Amino acid sequence: MIPYLSLSIWVPILAGLAVLVLHRESDAPRARWVALAGAVAGFLVTLPLFVHFDTGTSALQFVERGEWIPRFDVWYFLGVDGISVLFVILNSLMTLLVVWAGWEVIQSRVAQYMAAFLIMSGLINGAFAAMDGVLFYVFFEAMLIPMYLIIGVWGGPRRVYAAIKFFLYTLLGSLLMLVALVYLYNVTESFALHDWYRAPLSLPVQIALFVAFFLAFSVKVPMWPVHTWLPDAHVEAPTGGSVILAAITLKIGAYGFIRFILPILPDASRYLSGFVITLSLIAVIYIGFVALVQADMKKLIAYSSISHMGFVTLGFFLFSPLAVEGALAQMISHGFVSAAMFLCVGVLYDRMHSRQIADYGGVVNTMPKFAAFAVLFAMANAGLPGTSGFVGEFLVILAAVKANPWLGFAAAVTLILGAAYTLWMVKRVIFGAVAGAGVAALADLNRREFWLLATLAAAVLAMGIWPKPLVDVMHVSVVDLLALVAKSKL
Amino acid sequence: MKTELNAILPEIAVLVSACVILIADLFVPQAKRHVSFWLTQFALLATIWIVVATAQVAPVRAFSGMVVDDMLSDVLKLFALVAVSLMLFYSRAYLMARGLFRGEMFVLTLFALLGMMVMMSAGSFLTVYLGLELMSLSLYALVAMQRDSSAPSEAAMKYFVLGALASGMLLYGVSMIYGATGSVDLDRVAEATLGGQGNRTLLAFGLVFVVSGIAFKLGVVPYHMWVPDVYHGAPTAVTLLIGTAPKLAAFAFTLRVLAGALKGLEFDWQGMLVVLALLSMVLGNLVAIAQSNIKRMLAYSTIANMGFMLMGFLAADLNGYSAALFYTVAYVLTSLASFGVVLLLSREGFEADLIEDFRGLNRRSPWWAFIMLLVMFSLAGVPPTLGFYAKFAVLEAAVNQGFVWLAVVAVLTSVVGAFYYLRIVKLMYFDDPVDDSPIVARGDARALLSANGIALLVLGILPQYLMGLCTLAVTQSYF
Repeated sequence: MIPYLSLSIWVPILAGLAVLVLHRESDAPRARWVALAGAVAGFLVTLPLFVHFDTGTSALQFVERGEWIPRFDVWYFLGVDGISVLFVILNSLMTLLVVWAGWEVIQSRVAQYMAAFLIMSGLINGAFAAMDGVLFYVFFEAMLIPMYLIIGVWGGPRRVYAAIKFFLYTLLGSLLMLVALVYLYNVTESFALHDWYRAPLSLPVQIALFVAFFLAFSVKVPMWPVHTWLPDAHVEAPTGGSVILAAITLKIGAYGFIRFILPILPDASRYLSGFVITLSLIAVIYIGFVALVQADMKKLIAYSSISHMGFVTLGFFLFSPLAVEGALAQMISHGFVSAAMFLCVGVLYDRMHSRQIADYGGVVNTMPKFAAFAVLFAMANAGLPGTSGFVGEFLVILAAVKANPWLGFAAAVTLILGAAYTLWMVKRVIFGAVAGAGVAALADLNRREFWLLATLAAAVLAMGIWPKPLVDVMHVSVVDLLALVAKSKL
Repeated sequence: MKTELNAILPEIAVLVSACVILIADLFVPQAKRHVSFWLTQFALLATIWIVVATAQVAPVRAFSGMVVDDMLSDVLKLFALVAVSLMLFYSRAYLMARGLFRGEMFVLTLFALLGMMVMMSAGSFLTVYLGLELMSLSLYALVAMQRDSSAPSEAAMKYFVLGALASGMLLYGVSMIYGATGSVDLDRVAEATLGGQGNRTLLAFGLVFVVSGIAFKLGVVPYHMWVPDVYHGAPTAVTLLIGTAPKLAAFAFTLRVLAGALKGLEFDWQGMLVVLALLSMVLGNLVAIAQSNIKRMLAYSTIANMGFMLMGFLAADLNGYSAALFYTVAYVLTSLASFGVVLLLSREGFEADLIEDFRGLNRRSPWWAFIMLLVMFSLAGVPPTLGFYAKFAVLEAAVNQGFVWLAVVAVLTSVVGAFYYLRIVKLMYFDDPVDDSPIVARGDARALLSANGIALLVLGILPQYLMGLCTLAVTQSYF
């Protein structure tokens, strides 16, 4: 049996280390090719995970288990179910796109840039595949190091502030989670997640643990009111950094909710569901309004990400298969759409070195191919039927209406707001009269950019038109997970 | 007699080589000083071999219980010897450039090491005290080695006055314990305190003074005043020595006295350690932020780290002691690399001791920037570096004994701590260099420092062996 999960973790990490060796400026072309080869290999080893995945069971698949730290009964324990397998593949695909997207754009310290993304890709796969608390934590935390460097080294003018803010915010949450993990170990004598799923816990203990986990994951998602690091980090990060941040790392926060909080602390989750739903709705509606007034394109997309992730947490805490599947679909769709949106901004930024909406106008006249893609992704961001954005939002709203019509009504506001801020931005940037000499001189997409966006466009449309394969993969796992959540642990 | 001599063979080896080098060095001209250097290194290597060769699992008590040779002392001695050897390699160029590459340096270092080793295998309060004084006096002299410069002399004076005070307090405490129990033998005192003999008030007073002595040697708040001044004022090579191996000796001191002799007063010292740990973590981490000198910053970081280590210790069970031992060893390895990089960047007439001197290191040398990155994240306790598992083990021990609140405070202060470690990484990676001079260093120092830095990562990915060794050492000696 081939250890596909280990490969998906270690192939990118080793490739990243290999790239680091080529750190001289004169080696930059070679570093790019090695990085691309590593990213392609990293993506290829995740494909068997999808092909050989058995959709009929919620049991862990591709399990690998070896003793790691016997002193604390910590295992190198990897496995995926219908929930996590998709993210491993999504992440490996995104890494490939990001390496490709940075091909000509990144000129300084190419090897370190590429290596940081490859190493991070491996760490993220590890976080999604880890079934042991400590192993998860190690991957979850180690990810901060490359991300800190990516934002800080290749970011914009306020990169230092953004990088430190990002690091400290996430560290605060995750260290509290570490105490929670250690506490669970003391109760259950094990770090294996499936042992924690079965452990009885009293309500006060569950609530205390909930707070610790919630701080760790809500910062990562990010939920209102701990979202303020995200716009800073996004705006200052290079395009590739924004793509990985939005498409993948935010998902790890949401993944933590469904992998840790819901099944380990079901009673606290139900008890506090009103609280989480309220925060989610504030994110969806209030942050939607905030997005509306942004003058910076990246900031607008960043706020739109927070708003969309609010939908995900809302879906999780409705506790119905429909809602959870909708939330997961939303996570994957948002992975594609936000990545594409950031790449679009990156395309413009590379040419004009401005992210201000006011500097643009009438881009369609000089960049027709680009405009076509940008409009498609904007529609997907607004949740137009036929695109991937629609699937998740529709399922969550449907489940919300079933739970409480007012809740459904509030959630549905996003359809209006999302359309408003996205399309208004598109109108100001893409359409209208040519804004100035800069816009008039714009060159349309080159081949690399075209295929990059085309790949994502194909994914967005495929998922929007025929989401069944995705939903099939997750369905059994979601139903079994919710059965676990429905059982009281008191 | 033979087993008794075997028990102190490593100490004999260090003592003999120190004397031999002291005399041999007289006949070595300054140009050939490296002969003394290599003699010292050879002596250290031979002692490492002796420690390993005479290691045995069952504890041996020699000279009517004055000396204990057990797994714990062997493990600690091993790491202390390695630390001293690395310290000499790292600081060779630094010492040469400052005219400190002299025989006294090696001899005093060996005597300090001897003192530490005596502390590590002490079986009686008197042996502890002898080792402590030998170590401290040698260190005072080492700090003052740079006679022509005022900062080291001032630091040495402060160190000496405060150290003498601490020794006095310790002796006073020991005398009270002797008065209450009628013995200075650690095992006898343990029997007496566990059996509830002796005047409790007298014992409690003695305990307070002994804990003060311990706290001073560990450099925890409120006995931390000397740490920043001495770290800052001493030549970096000596700071490296003070910041590493003596911590192992201080750990042995703490373990032998508190977990051994005064086990019966566990409830009393646990409370004291809670206060010490809490204050150290809070103050150390907060004040470190304000520092612009990296030696001072690392001094406050030591204070915070020792506070964290005490949190494991105060759990007062197998988990706690082995976590604290693991933490100390991990801290020493990290600390060695951190000062090693500072020494590497220093050159003739230039001390790379300002945080600003790390600006743009990644452009000057990606490799040393990477090593320093590992060191900083290890100090901050971010996986996959060794420092994370050290913090993890200590947190586990504390939570296991019900100190969840203390663990929460500890992680909150760690977030504060992460800020100043991140600042170094920020300067190295995000900023452009102001100083483009190439980094020159000897091949051996480069290779060893690289190995030291990479060890932080490798031991972070495979921590189980070191952890297992620490647990074994504590189990064999105390459980």
